[in-house]
Amino acid sequence: MTKKLVVIGAGMASGRMLEHLFEDAPGNWDVTLFNAEPRGNYNRLMLSPVLSGEKTFAEIVTHDADWYDAHGVTCRFGERVVEIDRAAKVVVGEKGEVAYDKLVVATGSDPFMIPLPGHDLDGVIPYRDLEDTERMMRLSETPGARAVVIGGGLLGLEAAAGMAARGVDVTVVHLMGHLMERQLDEAAGYLLRRALVEKGITVRCAANSKQILGENGHVKALLLDDGTELPCDLLVMAVGIRPSVALAKSAGLAVGRGVHVDDQMVTSDPDVLALGECVEHDGAVFGLVAPLYDQAKVLAETLMGRAAAFRPKEVATKLKVTGCDLFSAGDFAEGEGREDIVFRDPARGVYKRLVLEGPRLVGAVMYGDTADGAWFHGLIKDREDVSEMRETLIFGPAFQGGAQADPMAAVAALPADAEICGCNGVCKGRIVEAVEGGAATIEDVRAVTKASGSCGTCTGLVEQVMALSLGDDFVMPTAKPVCGCTDLTHEDVRRLIKAQELKSQPAVWQELGWSTPNGCHVCRPAVNYYLLADWPLEYQDDPQSRFVNERNHANIQKDGTYSVVPRMWGGLTNARELRAIADAADKYGVPTVKVTGGQRIDLLGVRKEDLPAMWADLNRAGLVSGHAYSKGLRTVKTCVGREHCRFGTQDSTGLGVRLEKRLWGAWTPHKVKLGVSGCPRNCAEATCKDLGIVCVDSGFEIGVGGAAGMDLKEIQPLVKVATEGEAEEWSVAFVQLYREHAKYLDRPYKWIAKVGMDWVREALSDPAERAALVARFDLSQTIYQKDPWAERAEPAQARRFQPLADLTLEAAE
Amino acid sequence: MSWIDIGAVEDIPLRGARLVKTPVGCVALFRTGENEVFAASDRCPHKGGPLSEGIVHGRAVTCPLHNWVFDLETGRAQGADEGSIPTYPLRVEDGRLLIDGEAVGRRAAA
Ligand SMILES: Cc1cc2nc3c(=O)[nH]c(=O)nc-3n(C[C@H](O)[C@H](O)[C@H](O)COP(=O)(O)OP(=O)(O)OC[C@H]3O[C@@H](n4cnc5c(N)ncnc54)[C@H](O)[C@@H]3O)c2cc1C
Ligand code: SF4
Ligand code: FES
Repeated sequence: MTKKLVVIGAGMASGRMLEHLFEDAPGNWDVTLFNAEPRGNYNRLMLSPVLSGEKTFAEIVTHDADWYDAHGVTCRFGERVVEIDRAAKVVVGEKGEVAYDKLVVATGSDPFMIPLPGHDLDGVIPYRDLEDTERMMRLSETPGARAVVIGGGLLGLEAAAGMAARGVDVTVVHLMGHLMERQLDEAAGYLLRRALVEKGITVRCAANSKQILGENGHVKALLLDDGTELPCDLLVMAVGIRPSVALAKSAGLAVGRGVHVDDQMVTSDPDVLALGECVEHDGAVFGLVAPLYDQAKVLAETLMGRAAAFRPKEVATKLKVTGCDLFSAGDFAEGEGREDIVFRDPARGVYKRLVLEGPRLVGAVMYGDTADGAWFHGLIKDREDVSEMRETLIFGPAFQGGAQADPMAAVAALPADAEICGCNGVCKGRIVEAVEGGAATIEDVRAVTKASGSCGTCTGLVEQVMALSLGDDFVMPTAKPVCGCTDLTHEDVRRLIKAQELKSQPAVWQELGWSTPNGCHVCRPAVNYYLLADWPLEYQDDPQSRFVNERNHANIQKDGTYSVVPRMWGGLTNARELRAIADAADKYGVPTVKVTGGQRIDLLGVRKEDLPAMWADLNRAGLVSGHAYSKGLRTVKTCVGREHCRFGTQDSTGLGVRLEKRLWGAWTPHKVKLGVSGCPRNCAEATCKDLGIVCVDSGFEIGVGGAAGMDLKEIQPLVKVATEGEAEEWSVAFVQLYREHAKYLDRPYKWIAKVGMDWVREALSDPAERAALVARFDLSQTIYQKDPWAERAEPAQARRFQPLADLTLEAAE
Repeated sequence: MSWIDIGAVEDIPLRGARLVKTPVGCVALFRTGENEVFAASDRCPHKGGPLSEGIVHGRAVTCPLHNWVFDLETGRAQGADEGSIPTYPLRVEDGRLLIDGEAVGRRAAA
């Protein structure tokens, strides 16, 4: 006797379930299939290839009219089920009722639409079905059409890539710091972003949508909370899905995030079963088809009265965008007792990361070369013990032999036109030519090409290029790498950041083959500095890559309190400022007030929580941060000079103030102190500063490279100039040259010892070069000359200085 | 165990840390680049440096005072240095941070 089966939803899960059922028990069931979409089952995954034009809709239909006919399925397509009457065992469709013996709920999920103002405008769509897909396809018929996609996950990126392939100008707006953050780590996210940008897609990460703007009821632009407007003709929201449970819920079935089912796919009503994205099994909900197919098999077995149980297993993700080869499986984020194995091949744009927990592989992320994905996925699913092959695991199944990561990969990957020697503009290809022409030593190469002949900081790179060309004939001198994360030296890293135009931390980690996911406390602050110094506009300073003093803009003391030092320009202050400092000292109970060697006042022993309020008070009196904690301009010490002193030859105080106002706020490789003395009696001790100016009757003698710390150094003469304006120009140009070339944490005197004073003099003696250095300095100052106290005294920032919670207080509730 | 909600994951900067005051002393919450969160004592066993002010890299933090590096999962100092910091049970649920009140000496709220 045939029984009546009603299925709500003709989706991927129910289609597969019906196949099993008809195969194993033909003729046992009289099936009625409802679908809200005006069509039958098709392969939803393949909407993306339809969108990009690689497939037609007809090719992705999985069950056609003949198939339904052959199996006697009554199709009620385009008809939504509005009610389930469980007492009467009847399903109510928009066009009438159908009775059931068994009912299957397979309603899938609903795309989540962020309730932004304007989300109901025409032209704001999700990405879920053929209608949405066709809407996007039609957009490309309008020349110059623009689209914005909110959401940089799997769906959003497939939508973006599909529209871009049809010539639409697409911008992806993603809330998180990198794309597909649930499946990918930052490094893989960087490579993916790079590939999408190459396809002409604009990607904005860490971007928060605020409002959708419309015109005559149609979408016009997306407004971000930083005020940016992104004009668009269509806005696709792909930010997530919610199990579609409204129908089941109103029928009184047990529902949590999804419709509750047991291992047999039966809901809280024994005659109602459910599967697909609408269900919740053992606390989990679903978003990929692999587990749904398992559910389909189990549900069919249950209907046939056989024992079967659904067991969830690890799923893997692939993105269906041509040219973006990525793979992610298992869990590479949360958990305890884990270890990473990282492999990067900059030449091929490959990144692989395996996450191990004890002897087992628990997660894998790969970009660029995913051939071994299935193998790793298998190891994860089967929970295999991999300790035996741990050393070579990352090279995949074909390579259980013992390959080594190549320390010279980054240099090998450089194109021939990458500039190796910045001073003399020598590119890699030129050095290779020289070697092929017979140059066998670094001196030979220097003689032929001039590479590394000037400041010399590129010597390491030149040698690596030689080693690559000469093979075993060349013995590389051993240079000291930055840290254990890389084989490159600071100088190599700096040059490569410039030559390859690396503008983000993930770009550096990947293109230079870092062996850790995000560096360490040694390399990260250095790389952060190099990036912000070379790309002031493109790179965003990362507070989490800074040492505590720079992050909190105050000096941490040995007892964990901080010191606060307001700036006193050229050592000048006045009664109003002094009063404000005294008031702050009283108000915040500052235990120690000290006059520093840099001619200003240090308030020591301030608690972290008090910093923002104290800064705000000092700000109100016109005082700004003295950067007494930073690798940047500290002080410009001056003497009273011509204005008050009988020996004074020039206005040394005035010049000092002028220099400090110009230079403050700039980050440098290490701290920088200046001094200006009004005559050779040198009361401002200018001759032991990083840059010291001694005024004489005929002008200004500028010297550099002094120090009065662990090493005591006298400045070396740089130049003598006639006017204050020139003195300022040379000073700024020198600071910029130092910013652009020195190794992180080298004071100017150390850097000068490496590159030579002659080189510094020569570099600065060319007026055009000097002007260019000054222009680059000023450009950087447009970003970085900001009072950090004022920024951090703002409430949102100030919160960071408070404890997240205080559990020592009694609970208020 | 008694889980206490102490804030949202987003309140801690990526690769950064925040403090929680508890009866057993200051506890630092570290958020790694991969979005994992760990709870451990804020006090470095070397000379008491505030670990929440250190640089977070991989699953480790470097003390800001003299660069001891601690594994955030085990609390043990890495490399040649010997010592360890207490770690505390922490759960993340729907983006909220839940710390075990008993472990940090807070009697369960009645
Ligand atoms: C563009 C796109 C690309 C994707 N790519 C991938 C991928 O690469 N890999 C992967 O694993 N997954 C992918 N997915 C996810 C995958 O498609 C889903 O997991 C799968 O389709 C879910 O199947 P389902 O049967 O539960 O729901 P669906 O396939 O959504 O079917 C549910 C059906 O029920 C109908 N319905 C709902 N309510 C009612 C009602 N009250 N009455 C009648 N009918 C109703 C709906 O109209 C719908 O047709 C993708 C999804 C999309 C949208
Ligand atoms: S350096 Fe010369 S001008 Fe300046 S205070 Fe001393 S004596 Fe006077
Ligand atoms: S106090 Fe932490 S390393 Fe010294």
